[in-house]
Amino acid sequence: MKGRGLYVYALAYLIFLYAPIVLLPIFAFNDSTVIAFPLSGFTTQWFAEIPETPALIDSVQTSLVIAATTAILSTGLGICAARAGAKYDFPGKRPVLGFIMLPLVLPEIIVAVSLLVVLLGLGLSLSSWTVILGHTLICTPFCIAILNSAFGNLDPSLEEASFDLGETRFTTFRLVTLPLVMPGIISSLLIAFTISLDEFIIAFFLTGTEPTLPVYLWGQLRFPQKIPVVMALGTILVASSVLILAVAEYFRCRGIARTGGKDTGGFL
Amino acid sequence: MKSPIIHLTGVHKYYGDYHALRGIDLDIAEGEFFSLLGPSGCGKTTLLRTIAGFEDVSDGTLLLDGKDMEGVAPNRRPTNMVFQSYAIFPHLSVAQNVGFGLRRSSMSKEAKARAVGEALEMVGLGGYGNRAAHALSGGQRQRVALARALILKPRVLLLDEPLSALDKKLREQMQNELRRLQRQVGITFILVTHDQEEALIMSDRIAVMFEGEIAQLADPQTLYRRPATRRVAEFIGMMTFLPATVRGQEVEVAGLGRAEVEAEQCPGGLSDGDAHAGIRPELLSILFPGEETTRRVAEGVVEELTYYGDMTYYDVRLEGCERPVTISMKNMPGRPVLERGAPARVAWDARSLVIFG
Ligand SMILES: Nc1ncnc2c1ncn2[C@@H]1O[C@H](COP(=O)(O)OP(=O)(O)O)[C@@H](O)[C@H]1O
Ligand SMILES: [Mg+2]
Repeated sequence: MKGRGLYVYALAYLIFLYAPIVLLPIFAFNDSTVIAFPLSGFTTQWFAEIPETPALIDSVQTSLVIAATTAILSTGLGICAARAGAKYDFPGKRPVLGFIMLPLVLPEIIVAVSLLVVLLGLGLSLSSWTVILGHTLICTPFCIAILNSAFGNLDPSLEEASFDLGETRFTTFRLVTLPLVMPGIISSLLIAFTISLDEFIIAFFLTGTEPTLPVYLWGQLRFPQKIPVVMALGTILVASSVLILAVAEYFRCRGIARTGGKDTGGFL
Repeated sequence: MKSPIIHLTGVHKYYGDYHALRGIDLDIAEGEFFSLLGPSGCGKTTLLRTIAGFEDVSDGTLLLDGKDMEGVAPNRRPTNMVFQSYAIFPHLSVAQNVGFGLRRSSMSKEAKARAVGEALEMVGLGGYGNRAAHALSGGQRQRVALARALILKPRVLLLDEPLSALDKKLREQMQNELRRLQRQVGITFILVTHDQEEALIMSDRIAVMFEGEIAQLADPQTLYRRPATRRVAEFIGMMTFLPATVRGQEVEVAGLGRAEVEAEQCPGGLSDGDAHAGIRPELLSILFPGEETTRRVAEGVVEELTYYGDMTYYDVRLEGCERPVTISMKNMPGRPVLERGAPARVAWDARSLVIFG
């Protein structure tokens, strides 16, 4: 049968991609510190241990704060850049916009090391803020890419119509532009949040005294008895991301239906 | 003319190096249905957007209702615009779209709702208020855009090719409705169109534009009967141009013959030498066999014909003329449609000619 090979390939690809994630909950409920088959029994002990590991909770909090701040900052910057790109012509527009997208293709290790050198050179101490700075730098191009299409699809005469009907530039943005690009903004926030949450290299180099979750987990890998707790936490994170994405997708589809657009792909 | 609501003197517009408007002088009277007509790219939209305030004037002055509009933003001008794409807000309902401009007014909620209802009634969309705007058809969007602009009772309504996206039937219907609506509300309408027929049907006066300049500004009848230049004549309706030679007041037209012409038939003035004589298809007629006439007669042969049901258009090659002339004839009982190759006697009058130097 034609396409059979591709079908098998796609299946193998998906298994390879998602099998480790399926293993996560399996071992999270396994009554053994050894991560290996056969399974030895069911327990919720590892979940119970999470609250008793304050350093873990702290790192989750740090990561969430950094990810949320990064998402807001990079989406805010992305909105400005995408709007300028869609609406105004200025000298050197193409090179400038191209330059903003550069971190997308720059190896993270280079961004991390050079930022570290600059920050230390400026005499700034490392903290969550320096991580936010690094994450915003690498997330902004993704946000711009998403928001570019949201702003680019906007008919400029909609804004002119609002302006013509007596609204100011500011109220026009609030009443017309913002509602119409909202799905793009939500996508941008989510993508930046996700990228920041699981970013390791920059966080590793730039973090101060409060490690982010990936940095903390990396440190814990030296202690095998901690691994099941990490698995339990991972299970919770996976479950909540699936939930968040499902909710986001629901709102995105509703937004598209409301503005009468065609659905051209999403996250799920 | 009544006091002009719009007064432009020497208006120029540059986009960088590109000279889009080249010295526009224009007065538009209160309550007039005015059209800007011209081929695509001649600057009609630019002129309209300049009046609306979306483009600033590079040079010259623009007075609206006697006030200089230099530096006045679109939301502070007594104009409203119907955009070519209609620009209906897709995330709002029909009523919210129509009531958008009233957001800042001090009217009570009930008064606003009533105004929206009346505006929708006026454009024939009564009862559509709760519909989602994105679910409307093209014609309905057009009406919503009209209601939304008219609800603010602007002094001038600007319409940028509002009918070009509609199919033929709907377009003809909307042409009538727009005309009726304009008489009803008495607001000055400025319509941009590239469709000469539309401009002729709807307007009190028309400005024909080419390359950022007004080539002729006149009422539809003058524009059609006495086009100022050959280019205008070619753009408005159909006209055949025959080679001609001028000597004094006398013109020798190839195929037709000699004729005396009057000054008003020569928009560019009359000077001896080579010229072109223009003539509209309906001002020539083919005599059927045996028909007598007091008009002048020329002989020719039917070279091509196009049958439209009510009319037939003939291309007739006259004796002594290379170019065929186009003649339109009403199809009537007792008058057979001629065949290709049939001899044709063509009746004409000296008064029908327009001479271009
Ligand atoms: N924002 C702009 N920047 C540069 N050139 C423009 C701009 N808007 C219009 N033009 C140019 O000005 C000319 C007139 O345009 P327009 O007024 O839209 O023509 P029309 O409406 O008669 O088709 C066109 O050649 C167009 O390319
Ligand atoms: Mg145009």
